[in-house]
Amino acid sequence: MNFINDLLKIIGDFIAGIINSIFGFSPFLADLVTMGLAAIILCTFAALSFMGLTYVERKVVARIQDRVGPNQAGPFGLLQPIADGIKMFTKEDTTPAAADRWVYNLAPLVIAVFALTTYAVLPFAPGVVGTNLNVGVFFIIAIGSGSIVAIIMAGWGSNNKYALLGAFRTVAQLVGYEVPMLLNVLPVVMITGSLGLVDIINQQTTLNGNPGIPFIVFFPFSALVFLISGIAETARSPFDLLEAESEIVAGFHIEYSGMKFALFFLGEYVNALAVAFVFSTLFLGGYAGPVLPPYIWLLLKAAVVFFIFMWLRGTLPRIRVDQMHNLNWKFFVPVSIVHLVVVMVLMKLFVTSPALAQANGGILVTPAAQAAILFVASTLVLIGSLTVAARRARIMRLQEEAVLEQRRAENIAAVSA
Amino acid sequence: MRTDFAFVGVMLVTAALLMGVALIAASLLRPKKPSKAKLETYECGMETVGDTWVQFRVQYYVIALVFVLFDIEAILLFPIAVAFNSLTFFAVANVALFVIVLLIALLYAWRKGALDWE
Repeated sequence: MNFINDLLKIIGDFIAGIINSIFGFSPFLADLVTMGLAAIILCTFAALSFMGLTYVERKVVARIQDRVGPNQAGPFGLLQPIADGIKMFTKEDTTPAAADRWVYNLAPLVIAVFALTTYAVLPFAPGVVGTNLNVGVFFIIAIGSGSIVAIIMAGWGSNNKYALLGAFRTVAQLVGYEVPMLLNVLPVVMITGSLGLVDIINQQTTLNGNPGIPFIVFFPFSALVFLISGIAETARSPFDLLEAESEIVAGFHIEYSGMKFALFFLGEYVNALAVAFVFSTLFLGGYAGPVLPPYIWLLLKAAVVFFIFMWLRGTLPRIRVDQMHNLNWKFFVPVSIVHLVVVMVLMKLFVTSPALAQANGGILVTPAAQAAILFVASTLVLIGSLTVAARRARIMRLQEEAVLEQRRAENIAAVSA
Repeated sequence: MRTDFAFVGVMLVTAALLMGVALIAASLLRPKKPSKAKLETYECGMETVGDTWVQFRVQYYVIALVFVLFDIEAILLFPIAVAFNSLTFFAVANVALFVIVLLIALLYAWRKGALDWE
């Protein structure tokens, strides 16, 4: 059992040992080769999961919409990603004469590189992590913003009006949804006292006398808002305003084809999968879980989260630009701030460690009791904010309908007169 | 600490190399037959009129300003969150006050119509 649990780590140590024995004369070189190998493995993992996910997503969305999905290439269409890959490699690729060549050609590279670099800090099993940065969460959000640069590069460099409109729209969306994402990571960071992803996972296990409760129980509101902002951040449906076909054709990647388009697509999927991984790590306990090996647990959790993404994509219609901005700035951000203040004060009032209770004051409770208190508070914030928003939305809808009714009456009067 | 970040650098370089190889391989494999019509800017068959790089709506600028405000707020809050366990109740109350002041700023921007999108 132990062997299966530590399989990845054992293989990693074995390869590191071989490299050390070859490059033993120079520790620097040995380190560099080990890192390079690990980076190649992570990039390959991300690229392969991109290929698999395109197939799975097409099949799942097809099922939801009562279609069959890809079924021609190979059994059950399983070779479809390979066929797509061959097409992407051999498709003619034009650079518009009016485009800014350097910016236009660099943009797909930038988005793919930033998307892949996110995987450098994701922990896959105990001891199996590219690098356990002490600012892990911050790093992920910072590197995730790299795609914004790539999108504005693509939109501006294409010298196409649709592309520019799509890029502006997308950038406004992506920078906006970063705020609720940051605000809802904060409670997790506060209770852990660390930005490192491994520390955050350890806090959700029974190590060091922790209760072993995933943070989704502590902060259901944060989990929900983080998930929705994550979908918006990766510009997936229903937030895929950047490629609203009926309005701006294909958005910022309208001029791209062939391999460059494939890299945009890769960046999008790899980012979405990274959000699924980060959500599992922050709120679902990451690789922690009984019986099964840790990496299986992480993949299972990420698969469930990604399935929710696909489900939403198959179910919900695309929202409008003003709805997207309203949801963010008039609901997520203010309510997240209120939630943050409530949680912050409660966590200081009800402390779990006797030493801290002695030093800073506060009521000493068991970790489970603290979890229960935070759960109730977070849920109350969620329900309360939803009630207020629903009431407000109803009033606004009634007003809109009244205006429409009046306009209709005026039209009828004008026609009959 | 430094070696931790070294891996990020290696990862950036590796990803850039792998993706660069994919781009170069594709450029070797694919046909190249550019013509004048192909290289035109795509606009659903119409010829494009006027300059693309023009002024755009000011609303984006307002959103960007509000975003910068809250991003800086979040950056200020992260160190506080890391040190949260060692803070006294008084310090946390101060932080809460700071956050609420920003909430009032957001409500002011909302009231002024900075967040409306038409």
